[in-house]
Amino acid sequence: MTKTTRTDLARKGPRVTRRAFTAGAGATALLAGTAPFNIIQAQGAALKVGVLLPRSGAQAGIGQDCQRGVQVAAGILKDLGLPNLQIMNADTETNVEVARAQAEKLINEGAQLLIGAFDSGQSTAIAQVAEQKGIPYVINIAAAPPITEQGYKFVFRNFPVAGTILADAFANQKEIFAATGSAPKSVAFLHCNDTFGTAMKNGIGAVMPKFDMPYKIAETISYDPTARDLSVEIAKAKATGADALLVVSRLNDAILLTRELVKQRWSPMAILSMGPGWYEDQYLKTLGKLGDGPLSFVPWYDPNKKLSKQLEAAVAKAFPGINVNTNHVYTFEALLVAADAYKRAGSTNPTALADAIRKTDIKDNVSTGPGIQFNAKGQNDKLRNSAIQNRGGKLVTVAPKEASNAKVEWPMKPYDKRG
Amino acid sequence: MIGQLFEGVPARALVLGGLLLGVLVAAPFLVNDYLLTVLIIILYYAYTGQAWNIMMGFAGQLSLGHALYVGLGAYTTAALYVHFGVSPWIGILAAIPIAIIGGAIIGFLAFRFRVGGVYFAILTIAFAEFARVGFDHFSWVGGSSGFFLPVANYSVSDLWNLRGKPMMFYYLILTMTVGAFVICRLLLTGRIGYFWLAIREDEEAARAIGIDTFRYKMFAVILSAGMTSLAGVFFAFFYNNLFPEQVFHISRSIELILAPIIGGIGTLFGPVLGAFLLTGLSESMHAILYKFGVDIPGVKQVFYGLCLLFVVIVLPHGVWPWVARVLGIRERRS
Amino acid sequence: MPAEIYLNVAISGILTGLVYGLMALGLSVIFGVIRIVNFAHGEMMTIGMYIAIVIFSAFKLDPLVMMVPIAAVLFVFGYALQASLINPFINRPEHSQFMLLVAIALIMVNVLLIIFGPDAKNVQTSYAFDSFLVGPLIVDATKVYAGGAAVLVSAILFAFFRFTYIGQAIRACADNYVGALVVGLDVKRLYALTFGIGAACVGAAGAMLVLIIDVTPALGPAYTLLAFIIVITGGLGSMPGALLGGILIGFTEAMAGLLFTPSAKSMFAFALLVLVLLFRPQGIMGKRTT
Repeated sequence: MTKTTRTDLARKGPRVTRRAFTAGAGATALLAGTAPFNIIQAQGAALKVGVLLPRSGAQAGIGQDCQRGVQVAAGILKDLGLPNLQIMNADTETNVEVARAQAEKLINEGAQLLIGAFDSGQSTAIAQVAEQKGIPYVINIAAAPPITEQGYKFVFRNFPVAGTILADAFANQKEIFAATGSAPKSVAFLHCNDTFGTAMKNGIGAVMPKFDMPYKIAETISYDPTARDLSVEIAKAKATGADALLVVSRLNDAILLTRELVKQRWSPMAILSMGPGWYEDQYLKTLGKLGDGPLSFVPWYDPNKKLSKQLEAAVAKAFPGINVNTNHVYTFEALLVAADAYKRAGSTNPTALADAIRKTDIKDNVSTGPGIQFNAKGQNDKLRNSAIQNRGGKLVTVAPKEASNAKVEWPMKPYDKRG
Repeated sequence: MIGQLFEGVPARALVLGGLLLGVLVAAPFLVNDYLLTVLIIILYYAYTGQAWNIMMGFAGQLSLGHALYVGLGAYTTAALYVHFGVSPWIGILAAIPIAIIGGAIIGFLAFRFRVGGVYFAILTIAFAEFARVGFDHFSWVGGSSGFFLPVANYSVSDLWNLRGKPMMFYYLILTMTVGAFVICRLLLTGRIGYFWLAIREDEEAARAIGIDTFRYKMFAVILSAGMTSLAGVFFAFFYNNLFPEQVFHISRSIELILAPIIGGIGTLFGPVLGAFLLTGLSESMHAILYKFGVDIPGVKQVFYGLCLLFVVIVLPHGVWPWVARVLGIRERRS
Repeated sequence: MPAEIYLNVAISGILTGLVYGLMALGLSVIFGVIRIVNFAHGEMMTIGMYIAIVIFSAFKLDPLVMMVPIAAVLFVFGYALQASLINPFINRPEHSQFMLLVAIALIMVNVLLIIFGPDAKNVQTSYAFDSFLVGPLIVDATKVYAGGAAVLVSAILFAFFRFTYIGQAIRACADNYVGALVVGLDVKRLYALTFGIGAACVGAAGAMLVLIIDVTPALGPAYTLLAFIIVITGGLGSMPGALLGGILIGFTEAMAGLLFTPSAKSMFAFALLVLVLLFRPQGIMGKRTT
């Protein structure tokens, strides 16, 4: 069972870091008595970065996946010649109250910068604490637009908002339709009725008309995020007679939907996903050959960038069998932003750090797009999204062209012809 | 009124209570911001626990769906504030009645149709869950994509709009908790408290001696619902974001009732003590695990569960009756 | 929409409902006899599911074949739980029992999280993607097998309670607690047996459900709630009621998903529950006791 070893690794990883950290903290305490030496020590000291992720509770799977991005970061940052980060981990338990209290606690224990927290609600709670304390906070993943619309001065987000994800999804779809000379005439839109799914559904009405898409949406079907059984949803979608499936889902439901497609003997021309699930390792591993084919239009990384190759190598080494995904990329980049700003600021002073982050201009990065810069609101609005396709248990990037490494396979191979 | 409040309270209890209140009032100047946040959480649970205790501890009606009232209060005031700029102090004039109507519907249906005990508990869960799925589809307040309150300037505390620093929220929730305590004390020592007790101990007997059980049970539900909705107002303006999945979820209802059960159901000080114990336990467990370098998600919750098990097995009436005995304060078992 | 889709969805809902029914049957048996509401029911099912997964990944043994040993493990677990922790709580007030089982559930969920990690796990049987074509209808093969197994297990359980001495003794306990004590039945042991049987039911249901859905540690609470809805709809304490309730809820959710929006389908289940509580509080098949 390779799976067990993997989770073991994931669990042992932070423990080692933590032990090393405790030892380090002890040493600092000892040195506190010898004042002159202490100051010299402080200048070369690592920046204390508090990492808040939902590693237990409902979002435990994603939170622990993000944590992998943290674990591989140290080595890469060192290679880049960036200063050391001292990671302080905290578990938000997928709970807004705990997220807030943990943010306070980390700051109280000396964290000089915060990153996290995958979820929009928890990120909002942390953002308030950070802003009020004047501690810079770099959001790794959270797509709800309001977070960077509050006039915050210490909150930064290197992740696209729902509207950008949608707009890029349509742009990339059109690129693919043009390249293949074929497009669906109608789609059934299935979405999970959770934070992200609803934000995407609400955005579609405004964004889609601007793109003059070749297809129309035959029916919009929303389903419960904790759905136990999605047979009705697929039966309904199939009955619309649509050529393709447009989906916003999560991991478990992506697997359930695929199983139902096979069982109900429906092979749409394409599965166009605009969210997580369909590209994740668990999806590929669970479904094997039946997992090939879906296209995901998501915040991703540019496989041609130099740093991407480094990240791929680091993840492959630390977590064999795990493909690099959005969770790792954006969590890693949040740490990259932190280390880069610390280097330029040359101090752990939070205001200096925040100023440095605002002036961030990292060209040599991982995510798709020109690089990492923040606008006046603290949002990276230069980020682009990619189209990726599952192929033989691996992921290839098929659009946009300048950030791709393969040609799209179109239409999707019917499920009953895969042997 | 004042006389009734202090009547028959042993001097030792008065001194200890006064001391605790003094410490709590001074706390923001003594502790760091992290501990202040923890204190806010503690008082939040003490307040909701007190409100829930009216229904369960005093009148004997087990509600497992109190998140419903928190959510109704939170969403009503937040929506009025965001959409119309209405101050939460005005907003509660709508929030309390809405929560009361919610509670009254459940109470009326349950008590008229004689739904009691476990069945009543499940009925309350059903209504809370119904509201959760309903709010997931209620796009005026953001549906499942969440409802966000604007937050901007923290430099001034605007009490009228409940925008400001944690210290303001701390004193707000402290006032609420003290207020709830006083109300409960007055009710318990009044006529109605005896009626509730009679109903809780033996409803048939209570009816036989001429107590209008329906009326007093309804009163408990309505009061409890109205008070709980204020906790929702606090939640909305303190955390500034609301998601049906988080606000109405059954796990929230369970969290709300842990403190009074652990502290001691039906006692006045139980919910307060329970909140201190549970939140304190949870936070100190973080610190202890951190100290030993254990960073495995889930370990904390296992220990937390074991502690709950231990208390519920060893102290079936909760911790407070035992502590009160040790301190030599005999709270009349109500 | 084509007409056959209604029939397709209805059949699928009923088959899933049968498995739900078996899960709820465990809850019903426990409540009917011990008068304790098992708030850790869904969590016990996830334990059954994880056992099925461990067996499958180690020996490639089909969960349906392994249903009996899985149920046996859960039986021992349930027996021990009742004999050690729950028995002292039998005469305690409801909130105290509730607290006990919530604490047990919390521990179960997080022990599973520590052991198995947060990712969803499943079994890949050879028939995982099969479906039968019956005229214009498409019937999910795993659901047929699971539904069939649920009916079989329920039948065995009915027979046990009707025809065996222990089964009859347990029913005597349920009907008349004092009477059972008077005639010298070892009530504590019978209670432990009953809790074991309830746990075995939910374990067997877990072995079937693992074919249909993927398991995560956090799956439990949702199923605890589902079991409540089913059991109260059907009648707490009534065994045929639990099965009927399961079918009814499975069917209602499926049809509501088809006719309205699927994301709101659980609202219909709750609405059904509220209606039953108000107009027939003893449940569809239940006897009125109070």
